[in-house]
Amino acid sequence: MITTRRETLTGRILLVLLMAITIIPFVSLFVTALHPAGTYPSGLAWPDHPQWGNFVDAFRVANMGALLWSSILIVLGVVPISLVLGTMAGFAFGHLRMPGHRIGFLAFVLGLTLPFEGIVTPLYYQVRDLGLLNTRWAIILPLIGLFMPFSVVWMRAHFVTMPDELSEAARIDGASTWQLFWRVHVPLAMPALSSLAILLFLWTWNQFLLAIVLVDDPAKRTMAGALGAFQGQWGTNIPLLCAGALLILVPTLAVFLIFQRRFVAALLQGSSKG
Amino acid sequence: MVAHRARRPRRSWGGWLFAAPAILVYAVFVLRPLALTVQYSFYDWNGIGASTFVGVDNYQRLFTDPELFATIVHALELIIFFSFIPVVLGLFVAAAIRGIATSRLATVARVVLFLPQVIPLVAAGIMWSWLLSSTGLANALLSAVGLDGLTRAWLGDFDTALPAVGVIGAWVLVGLCTLLLLAGMSKIDPALYEAARLDGAGPIREFWSITLPSLRQEIGVCVTVTVIAALASFDIIFVSTQGGPGGSTSVPGLEIYYLAFSEREVGMASALAVALVVLVLVCVLPIQRLTRDGSR
Repeated sequence: MITTRRETLTGRILLVLLMAITIIPFVSLFVTALHPAGTYPSGLAWPDHPQWGNFVDAFRVANMGALLWSSILIVLGVVPISLVLGTMAGFAFGHLRMPGHRIGFLAFVLGLTLPFEGIVTPLYYQVRDLGLLNTRWAIILPLIGLFMPFSVVWMRAHFVTMPDELSEAARIDGASTWQLFWRVHVPLAMPALSSLAILLFLWTWNQFLLAIVLVDDPAKRTMAGALGAFQGQWGTNIPLLCAGALLILVPTLAVFLIFQRRFVAALLQGSSKG
Repeated sequence: MVAHRARRPRRSWGGWLFAAPAILVYAVFVLRPLALTVQYSFYDWNGIGASTFVGVDNYQRLFTDPELFATIVHALELIIFFSFIPVVLGLFVAAAIRGIATSRLATVARVVLFLPQVIPLVAAGIMWSWLLSSTGLANALLSAVGLDGLTRAWLGDFDTALPAVGVIGAWVLVGLCTLLLLAGMSKIDPALYEAARLDGAGPIREFWSITLPSLRQEIGVCVTVTVIAALASFDIIFVSTQGGPGGSTSVPGLEIYYLAFSEREVGMASALAVALVVLVLVCVLPIQRLTRDGSR
């Protein structure tokens, strides 16, 4: 590729600048978290006596252990069920293509654009009538439904690329549709499935609106929902709030950095399908 | 393709059995609430007692009550910050770094620029509330360059609160747009650029004549994702301004929440919810039509 030295340099400078803008809020949060509780530190000043204890305090007052456990339970409820149901439906719409499959699929496509705020009010009454208010099921079940359009569209996109010959060969060997699905197609869908799992994990973990509407007890919410409650309680103690916010970020950041290659790929594809 | 299709032995109704569980949860937890939202929107109901049918009164109020209507206007204004700025900035940055897309710097950038996508929006809201507060970094920087006169509590000022919320959204979305567009650029045939260079095109000409037209689909994706984020914004505003000061940052999502769960005006909340859903469709469907060239 022909590019001049000057253009490459401009590119590098712009990129570094954009990265700096992305990172500085995190740095500011971190530096502020190290100041004495109750103070209003300014800008990016490094404290004279870094208060590492703030993190311990925040961990304690935010009840982080319970929050982590709660978020994990919610993720374990949402992600596996969404994957199984989404894959089955994606297989049906993308590969089996039964009569009328286009209409069914279109119903899911339209669901892609639906803002959660659009249905949160009746959802509250429905979850209440089911007797599930203030339980983790109040977050888990609606999220499975709300993520279903994306899961189905995502998995269908994988299954339409699978050649029909593959299934024909399996059928000649006497496989039923169910065996064909589990033995042949699910193993081949693993890359698509794991990317979908990453996205669903992230969206569940970060879910805020449903968490604050449907569950009163912060210890039964998602991490993001609990962070909202923490802010309400400690909003005036800036260093403690910053320390708490950072602690709540740690799990996702850790998972992101460990699986960053898959994450980046999934996020890029995910937004282009959404 | 046609001949191939004809060879398929059977296309039975059995496929619906595979789709049934997904359809069931979708129907119970999305379609039914959606239908109920529409139904509630024609009633006056406090969520507990009896409800009264009021026809289109709630919708009428939506368009005549300045405070309610303002939420929709704010959402549309946020599109400038959530969508327009990230997409335009993303385009220019991506075009500028196209040449080094394979370098080590670009690898690091992929991770760094995704950070705002990975953290909860609530956390972004908390972070930026602090940065934009009267003693925060934004004001410290202004003072450092001698612009003390401009410093203020950005999120607490009537004139700056909405743009300040917009900046938070732009921060969240600009990295995603940049990387999506960069990924799109990497698919453009380098021979096109070489041909353009040999014809004497400069970087600007190159951008308008090759890069931009080839990115139609990616730009469409960016605009769709960011416009939905703008219209359905809730988390950031809930933690950073709670709609204030004086309702200057209230958006439909936030107002639905307050109407339904604090003021117990379920009917009105539902009418606003219906309006929001329609607004999203009206904004997003044309974008899809314009940018998808029927390949899907």
